[in-house]
Amino acid sequence: MSQGTYIKRHNRALQVYAVAFLIVLYVPVLFIPLFSFNDSVYVRFPLEGFTLQWYVELWSREPVWNALWNSVRVGAVVSVIATILGVVAARAITRYRMPGKTALVTFIMMPLVIPGIIFGVALLVLLSRMGVPLSLYTVGLGHLIFCLPFAVATLLPRFEGFDPSMEEASMDLGENGWWTFWRVTFPMVFPGVVASLLLTFTISFDEFIMAFFLTGTDPTLPMYIWGQLRFPQQFPSVLALSALILIASFVLVFVAQWIGRVGLDQNRETP
Amino acid sequence: MTPPNAFISIRNVSKFFGTFQAIDDVSMEIGRGEFFSLLGASGCGKTTLLRMLAGFESTSQGEIYIDGQPMSDVPPHHRPVNMVFQNYAIFPHLNVRDNIAYGLRKQKLPKPKRDAMVDEMLDLIKLPGYGGRKANELSGGQRQRIALARALILRPKVLLLDEPLGALDKQLREQMQLELRALQRQVGITFVFVTHDQEEALTLSDRIAVMSGGRVLQLDTPTGLYETPKSRAVASFIGSINFFRGTVRRNGGTAGAVEAEGLGTVPVAAEHLGRPDGTPVLVALRPEKFALSASRPADAAHAVAGRLKTAAYLGERSHYYLEIEGRDEPVAVSSQNLGRIAAAAEGGDTTLWLSWSPESMVILEAE
Amino acid sequence: MVDTPHPNRQAEAGAPPGRPSRLTAILHRSEALRGYLLMSPTLLIMTLGIVIPFLILLVMSSWSRDGFGFDTTPTINNYLRAWSEPVFGALLTRSFWISGVATVATVVLCYPMAYYVAFHVHRRKMLWIILMTLPFWTSYLLRVFAWKVILGYEGVINSGLMSLGFIEAPLEFLLYSKEAVIITLAHAWAAFAILPIYVSLEKIDRSLLEAATDLGDGPVRRFLRVTLPLSMPGVIAASFLIFIPTTGDYITPALLGGPDGAMIGNFIQLQFGPVNNWPMGATLAIVLMFWIAAVALAFLLLTRKLQERLT
Repeated sequence: MSQGTYIKRHNRALQVYAVAFLIVLYVPVLFIPLFSFNDSVYVRFPLEGFTLQWYVELWSREPVWNALWNSVRVGAVVSVIATILGVVAARAITRYRMPGKTALVTFIMMPLVIPGIIFGVALLVLLSRMGVPLSLYTVGLGHLIFCLPFAVATLLPRFEGFDPSMEEASMDLGENGWWTFWRVTFPMVFPGVVASLLLTFTISFDEFIMAFFLTGTDPTLPMYIWGQLRFPQQFPSVLALSALILIASFVLVFVAQWIGRVGLDQNRETP
Repeated sequence: MTPPNAFISIRNVSKFFGTFQAIDDVSMEIGRGEFFSLLGASGCGKTTLLRMLAGFESTSQGEIYIDGQPMSDVPPHHRPVNMVFQNYAIFPHLNVRDNIAYGLRKQKLPKPKRDAMVDEMLDLIKLPGYGGRKANELSGGQRQRIALARALILRPKVLLLDEPLGALDKQLREQMQLELRALQRQVGITFVFVTHDQEEALTLSDRIAVMSGGRVLQLDTPTGLYETPKSRAVASFIGSINFFRGTVRRNGGTAGAVEAEGLGTVPVAAEHLGRPDGTPVLVALRPEKFALSASRPADAAHAVAGRLKTAAYLGERSHYYLEIEGRDEPVAVSSQNLGRIAAAAEGGDTTLWLSWSPESMVILEAE
Repeated sequence: MVDTPHPNRQAEAGAPPGRPSRLTAILHRSEALRGYLLMSPTLLIMTLGIVIPFLILLVMSSWSRDGFGFDTTPTINNYLRAWSEPVFGALLTRSFWISGVATVATVVLCYPMAYYVAFHVHRRKMLWIILMTLPFWTSYLLRVFAWKVILGYEGVINSGLMSLGFIEAPLEFLLYSKEAVIITLAHAWAAFAILPIYVSLEKIDRSLLEAATDLGDGPVRRFLRVTLPLSMPGVIAASFLIFIPTTGDYITPALLGGPDGAMIGNFIQLQFGPVNNWPMGATLAIVLMFWIAAVALAFLLLTRKLQERLT
């Protein structure tokens, strides 16, 4: 990039700021794992000693595993459905000339800018009027609506960066829509599909606001944690659990981003 | 509707994109085994027409027949037509062999047969042994040939080519042009070729349709288009040309002449005219139809004197621009440098004589 | 090689291609139809999830509580209550105030960070971007909880400062206040500010900056006259992305707002919880949405006016 040495000049102050910024960003979050190893029921300084007892105790607590399993189930189903719908929508948006396309895309992206509480409340009202009891299914529905925009936002660039004449070539060579999709389209957007699956799973797994309104008798993991927050004795266990979730989320997101980049490299052709 | 006799028949086809009309009542017939080109500048509709043949665009009006069958409700994957795309559209996630064999899946051939067909194709496109290579590691020219092989292996009745040589550099392009021509002769398939490069069209085609603004200006053989253009647009589109304003002079009967600015009155066979006396016309003469000499040629029927204004040396030929009396614009003359020619003095008073034969004149409608 | 048709092709060539049905023919001709049809499941879900619930919400806001059921005679009583009773207005104002301050703080604090990555990071930009946004992908609940841990009476800051001897008694104002909510919100939503600002900074044509320097501007001048105005779309997008969702937040105020930091989100949640006045809750939700839209519109008009004045 022809920035010229003048503009490229190092700015000490900014560098310091950037590093300080990252520290401030991560430290609060890192306190959780820190205190999860602390040999004390109280979350405060000074640290009392290293212990794994909170993790061990977590292992035997059945409600934790139930809640975890609930969250995993909901997350898996939501991510698959959201990704499928996202693929379909992204393809339609990028491949077809449709009147009112901009309005359509804005409509789909709306959940991103509306406070979650309003969605939660609105869906709660709808479901109760319809007589549908609250359960993991209702939580799943709420998550689906919230995750769809993310799926579409992840997949849209994939489809846009994908030469439409590939699909035309496939059709020209005799394959109908279905076969073209599986032989050409899907392999080429695959990294986006994986990224979307991982992202939507993570979002659903961590989602609390809507789950709060839409949960029935089976809690998701965030709901369980919320319940535990009322008991100070349980704090360290909650911290241990949170630490585990944090690490898992970090790993998932990292992997999703990495796959996204790898896919981009693969599609680059020699000039 | 009775199916037509030609192999591909396009009848009164129009195409609208919203309110924009891309194709305006186009009709043409393409014969079996013909190398047919659609020639025109960007936006003239040639690619749209090609895509309608392939089935990627539907016709707004009119009908397309291929081998007697109407194509309007036939989707692309059912048409006996294959296309080579402008950017080749080689599948990056497949290797060369899988790319070429892509369309064979539906035929469910046993593997040895499939492999044999692919190897045959690789030989045809002069890339033997490349089967295992990753498709997107190859150069532009190689990918173009793979795109060709991928289409040809299916033995289509018609091969459509959308400016396939546009991305190649000049020398490679010329080489590929010759190879394409030879290939078409060898394989005998009808080729419909889209290009904006007139030289390319003239070199390769049996017949060319010159298009502009969604219409066909003229459909003719290369010689026909070059030597006998039917309109000013076609005449100036292909090669360079001089236009002289003129008037028809007839005194009844078969004799006739044209009085053209700067050229004088030149007799022309009456059948070339077909217009009454006094009609304004345009006389067109290509630069290479003029002969230049230092003094008035004795054997030439028609000659005028001109003052040399500019000369451009192009290696194998030179372009001269001469001012003649009775005409504002200089006349462009092109002649081969047969011997060592001393640079003619520009400006100044060098007088040269231009001569031509009346048969080389093309009479066009004055516009 | 002569043009001998392949056996399969022969079959296709001899007989006319199978006459497709009317439906296929229509689909083949209309691209828009194909597109919408393809998207229909997605559209269906979104309509089900967005449009219908909101309509029902609207309807419910016109009902009244009647014991454990609803009196369904349409009435605007709830809206009148929301308008007249001062507690709602106060709560709404405070919510907007908290969100507003948090938004400004976040944007101002994140801008230099985005600037740094856009202009001063040359290798592995992707890594920086991932680093900046990674915390966002973890549970919101956990991040708010983390701040509770930090700001608490016996929390990290207090116990740390005390054990180091800086203070003798724990600072009380840290938790259960408006400020606590603002700090937490700013921290939690930082990623939403960084990304849009970064994108718009990245898009600035570097040669514009060189031209400005060439014409005599020093670095500060250049920033104010070229960089900042050109990054405004990103700043505005960031502001919206933070302001709108945070006005309805209830986790943060619930965990560490206390009475001083309660927001309208808490109130709405209460209506659906212990207070059990669903129509009122619906009303408040709609009122909130209305005011968000109004503020957003005002903001947009303001920025447009400013842009016209500057250019």
